[in-house]
Amino acid sequence: MNDVNPVPAGSADGSGDDDVLLRVENLVKYFPVKSGGFFRPREYVHAVDDVSFTVRRGQTFGIVGETGCGKSTLGRSIARLYDVTSGRIVFDGKDISKISQRRMRPLRREIQLIFQDPMGSLNPRRRVGSIIGDPFAIHGLASGAERKRRVQELMERVGLNPEHFNRFPAEFSGGQRQRIGVARALAFRPKLIICDEPVSALDVSIQAQVINLLADLQAEFGLTYLFIAHDLSVVRHVSDTVGVMYLGKLTEVSPADELFTVPRHPYTGALLSAVPLPDPDQSDQRHQIVLVGDVPSPIMPPSGCRFHPRCPKAAPVCVSEDPKLEPRLGDGPEHLAACHLPMAEGESLAEARPTIGATERVVEAEGVLSPEGGKS
Amino acid sequence: MSMIPDVTGGDPVAELAVEGGEPIPVGRKLIQGRSPWQLAWERLRTDRAAVIAAVTIAAIVIAALMAPLIAAWVGHGPNQQFIDIGENANGGPVPPSGIFWLGTDSSGRDLFVRIVYGARVSLAVGVLATMIAIALGVLFGLAAGYLGGFVDIFIARVIDVMLSIPFLVIAISLATILHPSFWLVIFVVGILSFTYPARIVRGQVISLKEKEYILAARALGARPLRIMFVDLLPNVLAPVIVYGSLLIPASIVLEATLSFLSVGIPPPTADWGQMISDASGYYQYGYWWYLLFPSLALLITTLAFNILGDSVRDALDPRGGGIYV
Amino acid sequence: MIRYLSFRIGQAILVMWATTVVVFLLFFVGPGPNQVARTFAGRLATPARLAQIKHDLHLDQPLYLQYLHWVGNLLQGNLGYDYYKGQSVNSVVAAALPATISLVIGAAILWIGYGVISGIISAVRPRTLLDRSFTVSALFFYSMPTFVLGLSLIWIFAYKLSPVTQFFPFHGYVPITSNPGQWFEYLILPWLTVSMVTAAGYTRLTRTAMLDVLGEDYIRTARSKGMREGRVIVVHGLRSALTPVVTLAGLDIGTALGGVIITETLFGIPGLGWTIVQAINVQDLPEIMGIVVLAATFVVFANLVVDILYAVLDPRVRLY
Repeated sequence: MNDVNPVPAGSADGSGDDDVLLRVENLVKYFPVKSGGFFRPREYVHAVDDVSFTVRRGQTFGIVGETGCGKSTLGRSIARLYDVTSGRIVFDGKDISKISQRRMRPLRREIQLIFQDPMGSLNPRRRVGSIIGDPFAIHGLASGAERKRRVQELMERVGLNPEHFNRFPAEFSGGQRQRIGVARALAFRPKLIICDEPVSALDVSIQAQVINLLADLQAEFGLTYLFIAHDLSVVRHVSDTVGVMYLGKLTEVSPADELFTVPRHPYTGALLSAVPLPDPDQSDQRHQIVLVGDVPSPIMPPSGCRFHPRCPKAAPVCVSEDPKLEPRLGDGPEHLAACHLPMAEGESLAEARPTIGATERVVEAEGVLSPEGGKS
Repeated sequence: MSMIPDVTGGDPVAELAVEGGEPIPVGRKLIQGRSPWQLAWERLRTDRAAVIAAVTIAAIVIAALMAPLIAAWVGHGPNQQFIDIGENANGGPVPPSGIFWLGTDSSGRDLFVRIVYGARVSLAVGVLATMIAIALGVLFGLAAGYLGGFVDIFIARVIDVMLSIPFLVIAISLATILHPSFWLVIFVVGILSFTYPARIVRGQVISLKEKEYILAARALGARPLRIMFVDLLPNVLAPVIVYGSLLIPASIVLEATLSFLSVGIPPPTADWGQMISDASGYYQYGYWWYLLFPSLALLITTLAFNILGDSVRDALDPRGGGIYV
Repeated sequence: MIRYLSFRIGQAILVMWATTVVVFLLFFVGPGPNQVARTFAGRLATPARLAQIKHDLHLDQPLYLQYLHWVGNLLQGNLGYDYYKGQSVNSVVAAALPATISLVIGAAILWIGYGVISGIISAVRPRTLLDRSFTVSALFFYSMPTFVLGLSLIWIFAYKLSPVTQFFPFHGYVPITSNPGQWFEYLILPWLTVSMVTAAGYTRLTRTAMLDVLGEDYIRTARSKGMREGRVIVVHGLRSALTPVVTLAGLDIGTALGGVIITETLFGIPGLGWTIVQAINVQDLPEIMGIVVLAATFVVFANLVVDILYAVLDPRVRLY
């Protein structure tokens, strides 16, 4: 099997190919549910279910969604920390979806991750200098005094005091630990950095610093970011393009500003209405959309459009047919939505009423029964 | 990406002050945090029972190291038989006196000097066998825990088989088939004891395997060997140290037991287990010192190590509800 | 559940098989076929006898056939033939087994009883004098080698305190069938020897487990609802603490054979432990191998029972 397959010219979105750093096509990642048995498990967690998108060089692609929607799994699957169930990942022209871990190793210098938990992602029993120096040690890039020099260089670049390189992670504050993580990811000068909720565990004022640091580094080194978060306002500030995920699927993809001004998918609309507004008058006037029910279990996702049990606009077609991710209501090729009844500009969801029965919705939401007699 | 106003100006020191809940630095001096090892050491230092135990052990170690000097000072060698003054009319041992501080054994040898020499054997076997057990246990535990799959199953079965055959039987048999010697005892005790540290390390590794920093190491492209020894090992050290300190007295007891059954270190080397074994034929005739003093030596040594091990465990994991506090 | 059961039983069988291979290699092969025959023949080693033994044991055949022959016998319940003593190993074992069982069961009752009760008391009154003395004595006895304890007990009760305590014999064994009173007398000191050392671990285990449970929120709730303290301790606390105790007890009883070797030797109790020590001393191979396989079977079986019990009690059980 050819593992360095260059992607043929002429991609779906029509843009030039050397511009595209990462192309994800129909990515699927299922986790088997351990039923304590020895034989093939009968249930799977549909963590990532048929996700496709493209990231161009130098850009920041934001992925936003609620907890459990699969965004972390998506990030880790792209970095090949998990094996892919099916689909393709094309990085810098190379298909990395199925290559062995051994072949992946040199490529790891080009895809790096920053993790959410600043304390958890650093080994508490190792010194910070050793942690940041790991990349050099693992790939034999530098050793001894040279390694120390480069580690201290990195520490300075991310705003840490280089003299602290003999300290343990516990001796740093949360924001500083996150900087350590950034320094470690930066050591290789990677092409792509996948930021898995990098600021979610930090205080708001520190979030600002870390985000600014990431922005600076992007400008200086020409980095490309895949920025995963659940906070819409953060994502808005950092991203060029945003993808909204729900229950393992992308519901909407759009340039950042357009997403917030002209959302197409009702889920995006609901998320936006929940974002706190700084102006109290504006906030009072706004109608908040409160979504009914909890996010269904990813083991038995609802039929058709996965959002239909909670959607204020749900219609029978939403129960039976899974909408494709494509431009709606006359949008350009950059703005895609997966919805049968997308929102028009200025439409208010507060007035919307679903046209499917309540019993159907409740029963759908618990994944117990569906018109087709239940999915896997 | 738009810029968000940076309140602290990117200064790490000022960042500390702004975050709140952290020690606020005055000027440029930051308050030094303490590593988990330093905290544990603090707790250990202030534990009275641990200190007493440690001092006792130190005394025993020093006595063992200085055994030849002590023998020279007392004037009696460990294997020197004093037929005339060391044995009574019936050929039995003589009681403690000014000449023989703890009396003599059945061959007229100075019991005190032999006990001091016996400490060498016990400590050496205890420490060396424990080191072997820990080394093997950590190796197998890391491999089984991290690599999982077939390696794990295989190692687990090997351990099961080893545990199903009674240790004493194997030890005695091996000692009978091959010839009992110092190194054989160490290897037998060490190799047959590695199962417990292996289980502990394996359990630890399995729970640590999914931690984010292990994931991060994999993301950097680290090979499994490196992850096991550079990332996992420092984190499994704590229970290993606790277990090691409890394994030493267990090894000492095992060695003494083997000697008691005459399959340990061969005479005439002074050995507590062997002395007790010999004494068991004499004490009913009133030669109480021959049984008492080696037994006391063994007991005190084992007790001290156990107390210290217990305290080490409490120091490294203070949630246990220690009683010495 | 069925899957787990079948997997676990399969695992036990695998371990047993591997054990027989190890035992075979260690004892049968180690000495070499001539040695084996000679050793098996023991005192009666005339050339004719040797030839007959070689033929009986198929020593002239390839190794794996010898192994299969031996394992075949094992599976039929035949532990081998002891040429040294001139009787089957089965009969030797049958004669020795009651003594060991008496010793182990009696000691187990003592150590579990004492260990659990002292552990409960320690947990219910933590940090009091009672608690500390239990813990200190536990540590003390835990540090004492079995043979030291045994000798000390003999010394104190049989020598020092006699003429007062003439009723503590310290050497020998009387089967329960012939004289229950004496059976009991002869076993008191051995029981104490075995249990005092083992009980120490149980005190600590019960104490820790109960302290953990008694600190839980649902215990607080039960108390605040007015449940009597005794009921709280016994019904709630004990039930959770009992699981690790039962596990450990199962494993300890399973490995008891190894554990009583010293005690039986010291007190002259002709049980399995004493038998095997004698056998090793005279290199009586068939007996050694037979008893070792028997011991291993106990251990594997005890492990299996404990694991299955766990699976029954705790539905979250994993595979390994």
